[in-house]
This record gives sequence, structure tokens and C-alpha cells, in this order.
Amino acid sequence: MKWRGVLADVARFGVFLLLWQLAAMALDSAFLPPLGEVFRAFADSFIFERIWSDVVPSIGRMAAGYALAAAVGVGAGLMIGSNWVVRRTTGPVTEFLRAIPPPALLPFAMLVFGFGLSMKVFVIAIGCVWPILLNTVDGVRGADPMFNEVARVYRLDSRSRLRRVVIPAAAPQIAVGLRASLSIALILMVISEMVASTNGLGYFVLQAQRTFRLDDMWAGILMLGIVGFALNAVFVAGERRVLAWHRGMRAASDASAEPMEAVSA
Amino acid sequence: MIAADRPLARLPGWVLGTAGVAVVLVVFELAARLKLLPARWFPPPSEILRALADEAVTAEFWKTVWATLRGWAMGLGIAALVAIPVGMLIGAIPFLYRQVRVVIEFLRPIPSVALIPVAVLLFGTGFGGKVFLASFAATWPLLFQSMYGVQDVDPVARDTARAYRLGRVRQALFVTLPSAAPYIATGLRVSSAVALILVVTGELVIGSAGVGNAIAVARSGGDVAVAYGYIAVAGLLGLALNTLFKIVERPVLHWHPGQRR
Repeated sequence: MKWRGVLADVARFGVFLLLWQLAAMALDSAFLPPLGEVFRAFADSFIFERIWSDVVPSIGRMAAGYALAAAVGVGAGLMIGSNWVVRRTTGPVTEFLRAIPPPALLPFAMLVFGFGLSMKVFVIAIGCVWPILLNTVDGVRGADPMFNEVARVYRLDSRSRLRRVVIPAAAPQIAVGLRASLSIALILMVISEMVASTNGLGYFVLQAQRTFRLDDMWAGILMLGIVGFALNAVFVAGERRVLAWHRGMRAASDASAEPMEAVSA
Repeated sequence: MIAADRPLARLPGWVLGTAGVAVVLVVFELAARLKLLPARWFPPPSEILRALADEAVTAEFWKTVWATLRGWAMGLGIAALVAIPVGMLIGAIPFLYRQVRVVIEFLRPIPSVALIPVAVLLFGTGFGGKVFLASFAATWPLLFQSMYGVQDVDPVARDTARAYRLGRVRQALFVTLPSAAPYIATGLRVSSAVALILVVTGELVIGSAGVGNAIAVARSGGDVAVAYGYIAVAGLLGLALNTLFKIVERPVLHWHPGQRR
């Protein structure tokens, strides 16, 4: 039964590719090259010539910025979330900083950090930090007050209370923030490479368009789609492992129907 | 633990937040004035404010802001016109959902900014390019929220409608649409933020007129205070649009239990 479903999906995807091919042939436009050429360009560029020169540096920048944002966001979020004075005081400032469209900070980063690696890492980190921070704050605040009371009754010191009570209670919400930031990291990586770089996937795609190598451009877009898909898959697998206990608990209790926030940019 | 025991808790809610903003501004002002931060990159906030005030009296400034807002509205509008009906249709018809699921799952992870070159090719570097980007990016949250919203109708409500023999049209109007509405409202709010991000990105990278472009121009002209002023404008726009959606959502969806928290 499962195999038939997979086969059907493969067939449907084949239909999609066929439609693309037909559209390319019907339009006969330079903007939409036939699939064969896109695949050939993809093979030429990404197996394996540009893996090391473009794909790996892109992913490295992204990982560095994302890791920085995760460390700062979760750390500061735990601190802000567990103290209501700090939370109220920082509220408007963080709300405003979050509302700035992250790419708008690119010129600022270029001013302060120049055009190198640190600029890109900074832009990715500052764009990603807000969803993580605000979700961590919400997660800490939204924890069942009984957890804290039990922790107090058992006289847990603040350190083990953080480790055993606060972080696990906030973990599902932190995961929501981390996930939202993942797609932000990807777009900021691409934009920063388009604006100021000499390698990387964003640079590759824009350069291909400017020199009118449209099969290369589509191949690069395809590669970015694959990177996005792979990152998401890795994240979901990791989340499932780390939060397995939470899913079990939620499935056992009543699954409340809350509108879910599907953030993807 | 009861907040009212503490003196700070007796203050009205806005006091601490305002204090926070004031502290940040004063710290930056002092750090810049005392040259703790490199003056070349960090003008004092008062100077940024003055630069912004000087800009705000020019017609050019309001044209720039309007260009960004117009791009946002067009992008979000196109996305809503496409994504809400299509998403509801896909969500309502399981057969359709099975057919298109793979394609949607394939297209969604493509970061919207990867299409900047395509936008330039198809629409040039003007208004059309950034609207294309914004509407493409804003389509996805709305599409998924509309799909989930329709799929998540309370089975009891659906069975009740069936028991009372409501026709398809009335069932769609009185059962499906109301239960999908909060999902779509969330989708609109998320998509609005995404559309603004992409409009600013388009202005920044492909250079169509607007706030994003103004930031880039001020930076390359060495006008640091003006550049920061426009970054603040971008933030204020984001804040205003987000607040607007939250304010509109409440009375429109007041009947929904999710709003009564």
C-alpha cells in the first residue's frame, strides 16, 4: 500500500516535469530552457565542480550565523523569559528589532563589517535571532506554573531547575523558533551573497542571470531548492528525536486545534 | 511569586517598556558621544532622528515610503487572490490534494530570493520585479493556512451540517469558511510580514525605488545617519503592519474561541 503511494507520487512528479518541458517547448523562450539543458547544467556545475567552491561555503556561512543566533537567542530568551521585569522592559525594543525586515540590515552590516565572511555571518545571525529569542521567551513564560512550584518544593537549585524544568518545558516552543529561523537563514545567505560576494550559491545564481547563462541560473535555483529541502528534512528528523517525549505526551492528551503558524519566506 | 507584591508591578504596563526604549537610546547616545563606538559607523541616535526628520519633510521621502507600501499591498493582494481560493479548493478536495502535494512540497523549499534573477528577467528592475517576488513568497503561508483551515473543520460540525441536510454551498459558507477563517487570518499576518521582507529585498538587490533602495543609496553615499533612519522606517512599517493585522483580526474573529484568551 505504501509503495503504491510512493510510486503514484513519483508519477505525479513526472507529470509536473513533463508539463514544464511542454511549456518550455511551446514558449520556445530563452527564459525557460528545456529541462534537459537545466539538468545538464546542473550536472556540469554541481557534480562536483562547484560543490567545494560555492555550495560548501554557502552552507558554512549559514551554519555559522544560525548557530550564533541559536546560542544567543536561546540564552537571552531563557533569561528574559524567566524574569518578568526584564521581559516587560525589553518587550518594545525586541518587538521593534524583530519588525525590521532582516535584509534591511544588510547595508548596516556592510558598513560595519565590510564585505567579508563576518558580514554574512552577522546578517544571518541577526535575522535569525528574533524568532528564536521571542519563541524561547514565550516557551519559558507559557510553561505550566505547577512545574516551577514543584521544582521549588523539591528545592532544586537554580541550575538544575533550568536544566530539568525550564528548558524542557520551553523546548517545543524553542523548536518552533528554530524552525522559523531556518528559512530566514537560507534567504539571508542568498541575499548577502548576491549583494557582496565572489562565490556561493546566491552569487552563482545572480551571476548566471547577468551573463545570460539561463540554464545555469535554473540549475542554481534547483540546487537552492534541494538545499532548502535537505535542511528542512534534517531539522525535522532532529526535532523528532529530541522532542520524541513531547510528541508522545501530546498524542496522549487531547490534541488541541490551534491555528498553526506556517512561516516560510 | 504574585506580581502585585512587588512595587514595580504597580506601575502601569507601558512604563517599563518605555523605560527600556529610553535606556537603549541613552546608552547608544552616550556611547556614540563619548566615542566608545566608532563614530564613522555609529552616529548618535539624536543625529539619526534629526536626519530622519529632515528627510520626512521632503516629498521624496513619502514617495519612497509609498513605493514600498504599494509593492507590499500588490504583492500581498495577488498572493491572497491566488492562494486563498486555491488553498481552500485543495484542502476541500482530497483527490486534488493528492495530485498536487508532491509539486507543492517540491516548490516550497525554494527560497523565494533565489527567484530574484527570474524576477529581473521577467519584470525588469522596476516595480514589477519586487511585486513578483513579494507575491511569490507571500503565497506559501497563505496557501498552507487555507489548506489546513479547510481540512481542520470540526467533524461534529460537519456531521451536524450533514444531518440537517445543508447543501454544499451553504455548508461551505456556514461551516467550512468560518472554521477556516482564523487560519487564513494567521496566514495573512505571516504573509504580510513576508511580503514586506521581499519588497525591501527587491528594492535593495535589484534597485527598484523604495525604502530598501533608499537605505542602499544612503549607505553608498556615505550618509550613515540617513541610512539608519531608513532602516528604522522599515522597522516601523513592519511594526505598523503587524499591529494593524492584529487589531483587524480581533473584531472580525471575535466569535472564535481562539480569540478569547
